Amino acid sequence: MEHFAALLDKLYFTSGSLAKGDLLKQYLRRTPDPDRGWAVAAIAGTLSFDLFKRHTVKQLIGERMDPLLFELSYDYVGETSETVAHLWPVSPGAGRLERLPSLGEVVAQFRQRDRAAVADYLVQLLDAMNASQRWALLKLGMRGLRIGISARLLKRILAEYGSVDVSEIEALWHGLEPPYTDLLNWLDGRGDKPDIGDRVTFQPVMLSCPLEPEHHHDIDADNWQAEWKYDGIRVQLVGKAGGKALYSRSGDDISHSFPDIVQAVDFSAVLDGELLVVRNGRIGSFNELQQRLNKKKPAKRLLAENPAGLMIYDALSLDGEDITALSLLERRRRLAQWLDAKAPPGILLSPILPFADFAELRRLHRRADQGGGNYIEGLMLKHKHSPYLPGRIKGHWYKWKREPMLVDAVMMYAQRGHGKRSSYYSDYTFGLWQDGQLLPIGKAYSGFTDAELKALDKWVRGHIVARFGPVREVEKELVLEVAFDSAHTSSRHKSGIALRFPRIHRIRWDKPAAEADELATLKKKSNLAG
Amino acid sequence: MPESPEVPPPAAGTVHEWLAVRPEGLLCLPGGFYIDPLRAVSSAVITHGHADHARPGNGDIYATAQTLAIMRCRYGDSCAARQLPLAYGERHRFGDVELWLAPAGHILGSAQVVLEYRGERVVISGDYKRQADPTCQPFQPVPCDVFVTEATFGLPVFHHPPIATEVEKLLQSLQLFPQRCHLVGVYALGKCQRLILALRALGYSKAVYLHGALVKLCELYEREGIALGKWVKVSEVGDIDSLAGEIVLAPPSALADRWSRKLPDMLPCMASGWMQIRARARQRRVELPLVISDHCDWPALLQTLEEVNPAQLWVTHGREQALVHRAQQLGYRAQALSLLGYEEEESG
Ligand SMILES: [Zn+2]
Ligand SMILES: [Zn+2]
Repeated sequence: MEHFAALLDKLYFTSGSLAKGDLLKQYLRRTPDPDRGWAVAAIAGTLSFDLFKRHTVKQLIGERMDPLLFELSYDYVGETSETVAHLWPVSPGAGRLERLPSLGEVVAQFRQRDRAAVADYLVQLLDAMNASQRWALLKLGMRGLRIGISARLLKRILAEYGSVDVSEIEALWHGLEPPYTDLLNWLDGRGDKPDIGDRVTFQPVMLSCPLEPEHHHDIDADNWQAEWKYDGIRVQLVGKAGGKALYSRSGDDISHSFPDIVQAVDFSAVLDGELLVVRNGRIGSFNELQQRLNKKKPAKRLLAENPAGLMIYDALSLDGEDITALSLLERRRRLAQWLDAKAPPGILLSPILPFADFAELRRLHRRADQGGGNYIEGLMLKHKHSPYLPGRIKGHWYKWKREPMLVDAVMMYAQRGHGKRSSYYSDYTFGLWQDGQLLPIGKAYSGFTDAELKALDKWVRGHIVARFGPVREVEKELVLEVAFDSAHTSSRHKSGIALRFPRIHRIRWDKPAAEADELATLKKKSNLAG
Repeated sequence: MPESPEVPPPAAGTVHEWLAVRPEGLLCLPGGFYIDPLRAVSSAVITHGHADHARPGNGDIYATAQTLAIMRCRYGDSCAARQLPLAYGERHRFGDVELWLAPAGHILGSAQVVLEYRGERVVISGDYKRQADPTCQPFQPVPCDVFVTEATFGLPVFHHPPIATEVEKLLQSLQLFPQRCHLVGVYALGKCQRLILALRALGYSKAVYLHGALVKLCELYEREGIALGKWVKVSEVGDIDSLAGEIVLAPPSALADRWSRKLPDMLPCMASGWMQIRARARQRRVELPLVISDHCDWPALLQTLEEVNPAQLWVTHGREQALVHRAQQLGYRAQALSLLGYEEEESG
């Protein structure tokens, strides 16, 4: 456990992928199984179970600490693990551990204990540790580790460690489970390459970069393909001899929420596309799709009212053949043929938008701006000769989002940020007018410069009218021009509306609050019922 | 950035029979002088030389001789119209008010201001710490009726380890990365010199390299009898690559700026109490955080409260709410005193 904690501490503070890679490779060389595999899982975020629950940690610290002092500390530090790591008071007369157990031992102990015994063991460990070891344990146990190593970088480091190609790791990765003993032994040259056979697994998807003005002149009709960017959920549909599954873009298996899609799979392929509501060939709004999300067992009526469909734009394999190395042009040609032959229900092929030059693209983009039927949020531009590559690689795929929508709202409440922002009021709740009253419509934490943050913070401090715990109500005087991607109905807000990706676009120091927007105007603009 | 108190502060005006909070700062009414005023006034007592406590342009200033020397070094000989040195314990009368200074243990020359008037004693501690520091006299607890304390690190998460542990980390890193230039961000006044002495105490006898902004104050410390061992200005190093494996000290702002890029394979370190919080360290891109502070940590604040045992506690800059809450739980009359203008970053 000491080595694991020391590794995390070093990785946390080291900047630069090379240096991080060196630290991790050194650790892998020196650490036995299964410890090193659990460490890899903790860093990769692939542990499928909590060693202990957040709730248990909160309860334990709650029994040992004044609640207000804990709250103030948490507000300042910004996250539970580090706050508890610093605050933990060693139990009086604690039976001290001679030595910390190994990482493998810690994992095994937590897994075999019942709830009460888990809490006892946790107390024993926390008592025996220093603050940075406690932090490592809590991060491990509650699966909240963020130390600047992406899944992609980790796989690259593993590939370098074993002198194999990263694509080999990519292909295996989702078929393997912690503590990765077979994988690491293979990388050490002490075992065969793990065989994942026909197991149904997720393959990391290809991501796009935002299109910047400097890219405009690179885009021509010969080399680039244009499609709509759909306002749905990016998914991967997998059919194999061993089974079938629908994955979110981060690799979560969401098959159970979409039986209507998964049941229809009777083929061997890996398809990349957008999950949408498709009713008799017509695409529904994101709002309708939202009702389908996070339903463990969707009701029959919901399935009938909001049937899910897929807008497919790419394929990673067809009839068992991996086609990721082929060009987009060729993949697309095969995909179209394949879909034509199979005609699976509920699956559409994303149409290619013809254009002659950039001026025409601009016109298409403007069409997306003007509502785009409520399910289009911009354009996708893809290089025709690009292979299918996992992750966000520059120069292959661009997204050109439509211009954000804007609304002039009034700041109503402010709250301090966390961590490095804990000394500023940086989280703002804003609202719109209805019948002479302000109704909150959302919260924003971003979009402003450091200088603007300082100015906003100062304004908040001078205009506080009430306090509710950490929340400060402010005088209803400051107008914020808020940008957002789209608006949707929501039963959680009193205003009945929720914004996607709201951010502060401009601070309207000049504008009187009475001239901010009405809620009705926003609803009309977003085609939502009043 | 000063914090606004969570507990509503007493409105500006009289907070006490003979002390008042004014826009200029804390005013002693019968004596007619301010303590660490934020704006120029005709008569002031200065606790110590940090820029947010000692500002130029006042009329009369009372302070320790070392604090006056620091102010002259920073602002020139005309830092105040009249400079009136007071030794620790030396009494001075302003009408019916008696004033004396007690060591605060914060930096060279730092003092607590003790005021006695009509049988009541008020102690304004300025910034202070309880850890050992060979560059200044140790904090002296003065029992009193009203104790005015800072709360820069006034949260129970803050525990400052002994300075030797942290400096040991720096020395270990030098062994592990003998080719990397270790650039340590330090505040020019106090932290810089204390760190050098801590290195010497652990047997580090090599030259320490200094950014130009630290030189004047190091020379002043040496004139005050604090020997720092061998040091060299970075600007006088001929071959900058020879700084591989050496310790360079610079003000925190230099860590991120152009100046530091010329150093060979620079490893950014920072000596500050804030370094205990990971996000703070990472925000500054510090790769080796050294938790070294010239302020009290949480246990030291509570220890001091117990030793001074005041009838009333006033908490000024920093994290007032937690300390006020804890003091009240311990049975003290405690309140936050809103004195804006003292900065947490300057003196961490
Ligand atoms: Zn201060
Ligand atoms: Zn200070």
